[in-house]
Amino acid sequence: MAKYLLLKHYRGAPAPANDVPMDRWTPEEISAHMRYMHDFADRLEKTGEFVDGQALAPEGAWVRYDGEGRPPVTDGPFAETKDLIAGWMVIDVDTYQRAVELAGELSAAPGAGGKPIHEWLEVRPFLAAPPTITE
Amino acid sequence: MDEPLLRSLTPGVLSVLVRRGADFAAAEDAVQDALVEAVRVWPSDAPRDPKGWLITVAWRRFLDAARADAARRRREDLVDEEPAPGPAPAVDDTLQLYFLCAHPSLTPSSAVALTLRAVGGLTTRQIARAYLVPEATMAQRISRAKRTLSGNGATPARAGAGPGGRFDRPGDVATVLRVLYLVFNEGYSGDVDLAAEAIRLTRQLAALVDHPEVAGLLALMLLHHARRAARTASDGSLVPLAEQDRGQWDTRAIAEGVAILQAALARDRLGEFQAQAAVAALHADAPTAEQTDWVQIAEWYDELAKLTDSPVVRLNRAVAVGEADGPRAGLAALAALDASLPRYTAVAAYLHERDGDPVTAARLYAEAAHQAPDLAERDHLTRQAARLNARGAR
Repeated sequence: MAKYLLLKHYRGAPAPANDVPMDRWTPEEISAHMRYMHDFADRLEKTGEFVDGQALAPEGAWVRYDGEGRPPVTDGPFAETKDLIAGWMVIDVDTYQRAVELAGELSAAPGAGGKPIHEWLEVRPFLAAPPTITE
Repeated sequence: MDEPLLRSLTPGVLSVLVRRGADFAAAEDAVQDALVEAVRVWPSDAPRDPKGWLITVAWRRFLDAARADAARRRREDLVDEEPAPGPAPAVDDTLQLYFLCAHPSLTPSSAVALTLRAVGGLTTRQIARAYLVPEATMAQRISRAKRTLSGNGATPARAGAGPGGRFDRPGDVATVLRVLYLVFNEGYSGDVDLAAEAIRLTRQLAALVDHPEVAGLLALMLLHHARRAARTASDGSLVPLAEQDRGQWDTRAIAEGVAILQAALARDRLGEFQAQAAVAALHADAPTAEQTDWVQIAEWYDELAKLTDSPVVRLNRAVAVGEADGPRAGLAALAALDASLPRYTAVAAYLHERDGDPVTAARLYAEAAHQAPDLAERDHLTRQAARLNARGAR
């Protein structure tokens, strides 16, 4: 098993095919989307492939050390960022193919008009510690 | 194993050790050891006096630990002169634990963790799960809190209740109440229901302390808790007060909360928890959302604003004014407040919708969703925006 991070983006990812902001969906479409995401996570919990997932607030800030005895420098609270992470899910799966398959499924969550949003998700493998037994 | 019994005995045992002169951190460790021992021994050999048994074992553990610690030799001499543990005292002095755990030198999160462990008798693992942090992290938080108390020399002699003790200073009761309110508001995640736990502890405190604000907090918790089942739909989404199924409200808890509140108000020493409970009681009293007595609620918010001058209170007051005197009056009240307040935009959206301006309301709901502090609230606000946008599109 190896862990993969599935990243959802507010900004920075290529535009999804079904690109309508959520507040332009109907309440029923929003509910259907949420249900899909929950069911997805529930199902992965049952297969033993779910590790953790969290949604993030859109506001982020860049913070940097600014030298001895000085407070850290912050650029924000609305930093100009190319990339904004909306949330993440960590899965623990047997193969890279399985990770891609699941990311594909998650990206098919229904959006406006009940059609899949085709959202781009970033899939990143975790760097693992070397195995104890190598032979 | 009777876990509720163990949990209810824990604070009493701990306070006996502390009163006998044990350092808080060491006493806490000794009590935890005794609890582990109880879990091992009691199923096959239940004691006749469970509390006495726990005190004896914990005290022995404490003495062992004190003896083993060479640096504490002086203390060892002292404890050796202590009389052997007798029967458990009839009077519970759990109260001093409440004050110790709400010590001003602790951060709110440490105070909460320590209260749950020392007064609530929860295990570190249960507390960690409730806060969704690793057990090791919570263990560190708790031991840091205990070290802080030891470093401060916060002994029961100074922290204890009674004439001349800290209890006579209202600021300290207020700290204990704030800690309990924090626990209550931590909500419902994990396998420990922190809201129910907070109610249990506040009940215990109310039995120990005769103070209208303690009663006020207990009433407030009961009234909020009574509406909990109706507050979320089966899919986890928020249900606003006006749309809640009032048949799901716990009428017994409401009746109890109202009775406690009325007795407290009759004593004519109003405080912020009583005033908040009064607002909650007026909501709980209304047979339908339309029949809510918003005029009285607005008046209670006026009282609250005098007591706390909190901007959140004034924001809630604007909502109440909007219901009592119309959305224009609400928007006027809102205009006097700082627009960067949490939920300001959501309130503005709601008042604009009621004022018949769905376009502005939809824009503000979407903006408010962007700023929402939690997922359920964000989804709820996004849905509100979507509802208005979908209606406008048709």
